[in-house]
Amino acid sequence: MHPAFSVILFTVISGAGYGLFLLLVAFHLAGIGPVMSHGELIAHGVAALGMITVGLMLSTGHLANKKNAWRSFMRFKTSWLSREAVFAVLFYPFAAIYGLGVLLQGHEVGPLAAVAGAIAAVLAVVTLFSTGMIYGCLKTIRQWNTALTPANYILLGVATGAVAFAAIASVFGNATAMHAGVAIVLLLIAGVLKGIYYFWISRVTGPTINTATTFNRATVRLLDTGHTAGTFLTDEFGYDAGKNTTDTLKMGVFLLAFGTPILVFAAILSGVPAIVAWLGLVAALAGVIMERWLFFAEARHVVRLYHGDQHT
Amino acid sequence: MRLGLVIDMDTCVGCHACAVACKQWNTSGTTGPLTDYRPYGEDPSGVWFNRIRHYEVGDYPNNKTVNIPMSCMHCEHADCVNVCPTGASYKRPEDGIVLVDQDKCMGCNYCAWACPYGARELDREDGVMKKCTLCVDRIYDEQLPPEERQPACVITCPAHARFFGDFDDDASEVSRLVRERGGVKQMPELGYKPVNTYLPPRITRSIPTDDVRANTLITSVKDWVNKMVAR
Repeated sequence: MHPAFSVILFTVISGAGYGLFLLLVAFHLAGIGPVMSHGELIAHGVAALGMITVGLMLSTGHLANKKNAWRSFMRFKTSWLSREAVFAVLFYPFAAIYGLGVLLQGHEVGPLAAVAGAIAAVLAVVTLFSTGMIYGCLKTIRQWNTALTPANYILLGVATGAVAFAAIASVFGNATAMHAGVAIVLLLIAGVLKGIYYFWISRVTGPTINTATTFNRATVRLLDTGHTAGTFLTDEFGYDAGKNTTDTLKMGVFLLAFGTPILVFAAILSGVPAIVAWLGLVAALAGVIMERWLFFAEARHVVRLYHGDQHT
Repeated sequence: MRLGLVIDMDTCVGCHACAVACKQWNTSGTTGPLTDYRPYGEDPSGVWFNRIRHYEVGDYPNNKTVNIPMSCMHCEHADCVNVCPTGASYKRPEDGIVLVDQDKCMGCNYCAWACPYGARELDREDGVMKKCTLCVDRIYDEQLPPEERQPACVITCPAHARFFGDFDDDASEVSRLVRERGGVKQMPELGYKPVNTYLPPRITRSIPTDDVRANTLITSVKDWVNKMVAR
């Protein structure tokens, strides 16, 4: 699949934003970790909502007909893309009530703001799940059509959110062992899951050039695609990064998205100033951008079978 | 009604006349134009509802060239319609034709991702998705004589390899052909239940190839000379 940078940046940035919001609500309302000052609560909230909003605005970048973007709320019943849009928008009023509560009441928010915050946190996870299901529900791309796809989207969002949460907390001198521990655990789970995903998609399954052309009892080779220049189909589905590039990038993903931030938080736990969490955040975001690029570059649509691929 | 096409892979000669006729009719039809990009440039491209690809099936000497024209299959389980977030894509309950409402499409490409048959192409000029309409603006047109109320690709096919009709009607020509010739569907394992059905090549007598050219001393020398002499 052709990797569209607007979609890559959208899912990475808003994913981290939803994760950050989830961590904020969990630490604040469930009382995990230290008590946060008024200023710190606001900083987390503004950062989370800012990342989510910037991401969502970037997501319209790949639309060819932006004036009809508002119609994407119309098919909630069948389309995961529509569900993502609805949940992403539904998140805002609940997040706003919670944010207003924090703004006016500080750490000791009332029950209305607390309930709204909890609902917004659930909606954040549901939105991440819907984003994953946009890809996960497609039977045409075996690399996406797995339960690992939505699991990856949720865990990578929450893990990068945890890194951002610790980084922002460090500015207020409030990043504790709890912050570092939670981030390490989430990064580890996300990393293991991503490893399983790469193992899973390396096993070839699904349609072949034989089932695509209906000739199941003979070898089939492409003689001619019937066009002299590229088409929409070859532009959209013909992308091939080459195994060397994808293998190198996979190492980069594990090094930057998981290895570096885990090492950073291990260092924080052993006494290094917590402000280095920002280094972990930069590495994690760069690593997840590579991960997301690979997610597209490695996805092989079945239309490729008609253009000569023996399998996907 | 379940309207669709039967395509005979035995008689199709791969001439692309169906694609050209389709382009000619539909570029001024309800979902036109079928925009061309750089039509007189080095790498001309554009929107087509129908594409023909050419394959070699089997190994020499038991091989055969097969031409496979492909357009929208008007699937019974059309995922392109389910994934569309705007409601622009829809499947008509009365005849099963899958269409795009261009006034609602936002050009997100998601339906093209969901289609296994490459039937949908984005028009980069108009910013909306376009696809085969089964010539919906032709097959119901009572101004046309009855024999012309068929898709442009079917009427034009010089090899008579394309047939149009109702798959729900057991007595229709398409149903009869599928029955008698053992019609097959592409990628049935994905479960889209495409309506368009392909007729496999007939089994014919094999053409002997072992006597075409015996290997004699003279032919061996000729082969050697041909290899050595540069053009």
